[in-house]
Amino acid sequence: MRLRMRAFVSALALATGIATASVSVPAFADPAPDVGNWQSVLDQARGQTVYWHAWGGEPRINDYIAWAGDQVFERYGVKVVQVKLTDTADAVTKVLSEKTAGVNDGGAVDMIWINGENFAAMKRNELLFGPWVEDTPNFDYVDVKGKPTVVNDFTVPTDGLEAPWGMAQVSFYYDTAKLDSVPKSAQGLLEWLVKNPGRFTYPQPPNYMGSTFLKQILTELVKDPKVLQQPADEVDAKAVLEPLWGYLEDLQPLLWRNGQAYPQNGAAMRTLLGDNEVDIAFSFSSGEVSSAIEAFELPDTVRSYVFDNGTLGNTNFVAIPYNASAKAGAVVLGDFLMSPEAQLRKQDPQYWGADTVLAMDKLPADMQEAFANLDLGIASLAPAERGTVLPEPHPSWMELVETEWQKHYGVVQ
Amino acid sequence: MLRFVPIITIAFMIGPVSAGLIGTLLPAFGILPALGGIEPGLDPWIALFDQPGLWQSVRLSLVNGLVASFISVAIVMLFCAAWQGTAVFRAMQRILSPILSVPHATAAFGLAFLIAPSGWIARLVAQFAGWERPPDIAIIHDPWGLAMIAGLVAKEIPFLFLMTLAALPQADTERTAQITATLGYGRIAGWFKATLPRIYPQIRLPVLAVLAYSTSVVDVAIILGPTTPAPLAVRILGWLSDPDLGLRFMASSAAILQLLVVVGAIAIWIAGERIVAVLGYGWAQNGWRFARDGGLRSGSAILAGLAAGAVILGLVILLVWSIAGFWGFPDILPRGFSLRLWMREYDAIGRHLGATLLIAIPTVMIAIALVLGCLEQETRSTHKPGRGAMWLVYLPLLVPQISFMFGLQVFFTLIGLERTLISVVVAHLVFVLPYVFLSLSDPFRALDPRYGQTALCHGASPARVFWQVRLPLLTRAVMTATAVGLAVTVGQYLPTLLIGAGRFATVTTEAVALASGGDRRMIGIYGLLQMVLPFAGFACALLIPAILFRHRRGMDAQNRG
Repeated sequence: MRLRMRAFVSALALATGIATASVSVPAFADPAPDVGNWQSVLDQARGQTVYWHAWGGEPRINDYIAWAGDQVFERYGVKVVQVKLTDTADAVTKVLSEKTAGVNDGGAVDMIWINGENFAAMKRNELLFGPWVEDTPNFDYVDVKGKPTVVNDFTVPTDGLEAPWGMAQVSFYYDTAKLDSVPKSAQGLLEWLVKNPGRFTYPQPPNYMGSTFLKQILTELVKDPKVLQQPADEVDAKAVLEPLWGYLEDLQPLLWRNGQAYPQNGAAMRTLLGDNEVDIAFSFSSGEVSSAIEAFELPDTVRSYVFDNGTLGNTNFVAIPYNASAKAGAVVLGDFLMSPEAQLRKQDPQYWGADTVLAMDKLPADMQEAFANLDLGIASLAPAERGTVLPEPHPSWMELVETEWQKHYGVVQ
Repeated sequence: MLRFVPIITIAFMIGPVSAGLIGTLLPAFGILPALGGIEPGLDPWIALFDQPGLWQSVRLSLVNGLVASFISVAIVMLFCAAWQGTAVFRAMQRILSPILSVPHATAAFGLAFLIAPSGWIARLVAQFAGWERPPDIAIIHDPWGLAMIAGLVAKEIPFLFLMTLAALPQADTERTAQITATLGYGRIAGWFKATLPRIYPQIRLPVLAVLAYSTSVVDVAIILGPTTPAPLAVRILGWLSDPDLGLRFMASSAAILQLLVVVGAIAIWIAGERIVAVLGYGWAQNGWRFARDGGLRSGSAILAGLAAGAVILGLVILLVWSIAGFWGFPDILPRGFSLRLWMREYDAIGRHLGATLLIAIPTVMIAIALVLGCLEQETRSTHKPGRGAMWLVYLPLLVPQISFMFGLQVFFTLIGLERTLISVVVAHLVFVLPYVFLSLSDPFRALDPRYGQTALCHGASPARVFWQVRLPLLTRAVMTATAVGLAVTVGQYLPTLLIGAGRFATVTTEAVALASGGDRRMIGIYGLLQMVLPFAGFACALLIPAILFRHRRGMDAQNRG
């Protein structure tokens, strides 16, 4: 026993010895770029490598990111490496662990694809660099007036801490070879499910597509949708949520598997439609549906549509962590992503098919024409077909709805 | 020099492991300064116990882990008892490598598509039953977790079988079988009464590792397990990746709870061992022969075959998926085929395999060297220094990896090694060493010491005895441990991504990222790519000893199952 202890103690000493001997933070401080002086940003950026942490589940998006990286390298000498994630939270964890270890410079993450709750959390915990966005040259093209969500992420002001990258709007999709007509409202969906029990489901909250469905229903059923723009604790939240729970009371037993099991994310729900387990599904981008058809994930008879009273819409962004190693490089990349050229390619379903954040009337004539001439893909909705874009509720509603949903429906056994 | 190897091994583990544990423990009691947690308190625990369905999640983890492990062990033991030394046994040995090399998630995806209501078997039925829609019944994600148990069993059987194979040569099984047969015992009864008591202690650690794994598994549980609520480990992952950073505190408490669940499962298992030992002692002596065990023998072969068949068929179907055009219900085959996705990934494949090997080769070499050093030191010294502390090596198997990662990241960042190859290798070692240790230690300890003693008497130095006597005798076990180690390092997702900060894009980091898009074609492609290296490893583990010792009949016995 003694010997055992001794071995243990010497091992401990050795380990701590190693630890203390090499306490040297990899700190090569990257001075904050002066975004007002664009040339100085470009000079500082040249030669930097930007590690961009982004969801990597879609080969087309990965290809687009690789293309953007090539462009930025050719033009500004900034190298871009995509770190492919399954979840944005991994990048947030990384920054958080660095802050815990006191690495306030020379961090591993230079850019994050982000929005909504993740942004709100990083902003609240002061984990972001900036403001930098509004001084970049290409921000001038952004449609701040027509698309207020480009500066208000789930009602939270972006304050120049994240650059708008793409627009998203909920759209539903179904196989036209199987259904003749589709429900176009919350109430209609319920009535349709009574006739077709088990043929619809939504990803399990707190997955964000699932929560989005609940918010969509809530926005439609609530008497005065404006109340959702305020934090939930400033109003009588119980009364506001009443209609949602009443609706779910009727809906839940009619869901796929009687609401005993759920797809875990939007992709799994899409697979269910491909497997003919459900008839209607939804996504945050109708371009994604066209992509899925081209990738043979869905039959080519699938089409998108929106609810009559509108569907939720929001914007996704790129942000730079407060301790990034290549801030100037990341700023240059962020600016390029907002350029008309990059946005045009992004909207082209041949490459990606996600909506632009730019204002057409601010663009040069040739770019306007190029956007107008885009072939959007068979299951994509043209801007005119999209109906009203409903604003996202304040993030506190999402948290409240997720918690309550978990209590009511998260445990069925 | 050799005497320091156990200490170095533990030193390699102690920093990362204790950092991982501390990084979980402190937030579990409210301390995480980066998020403003400075005061210690019990709030995270209160929040945790407030979670709806928490105890159902705990029950699912505990019961499913125990049941899956028990079924796996039972099938492997029954199969070995019934078929050892036969052609059926050797056939099973041969299909082992491909199955072992299949990543858990790939096997689970394959199985899911096989048995789901819209899956391949249902599509076969649909041809005759005339279904146009799949039936709305919960075959996967069932509330009892049966599909998840099936997935775990199918994947754990090959691992336990391999571990048993490595143990068999030390138990003198063939002569035992001859004696029990002479005494009129049936094959199974004879094996269970005379051989099992000598085999089980040798595979006990792997069995406990399987139990710990099954109790805390995440990927298989997400693909096949219940969702309302999910098993505890899956919910921890959800809380840890929630945008609300405040949930990290509660997630850390939950990780401690998960650790307790694993420890509880092990305690229950050990209690079960005791009971079986007491009952079995009487049973072994009662003289019943059970000579007519033909039914049970066929049964064990069917079960083992079913498990292997499910994984292989699932894999074949994923291969079909990887070249499939649209493939809807109830079509048995896709409407068209295309090599598009393979072509698209073709360029990157070499790069990803290269990065994987860059990490795998040093990791496995260091792990094998350290473990051999520890075991050799143990053999040479009369007392066993550090053997108790060696338990530390197994700690990483008890804690869910995801909860370990935060502390690990902080640790490597603090010592300034984050993002380097060194740190990724060290992080991999934390998870590879336990498996290498448990696949090598039992065969090494069970090796007949008289070989070494004889050589020493002939005047050979201890070093020469190791290199020329012990190591050659253990070729098969070392190769197997290398292959297991290789499979573990290739499969690491979180340590590679988080400790390497995305600087090392391996086959697995690509695979897992692309699998999150949910396209079965990509899952098929990368699942198969992930198999390549482990498969080569396991194939070598079988082939190399066979080639090396083709002219040595005695070595053949030593190295054969």
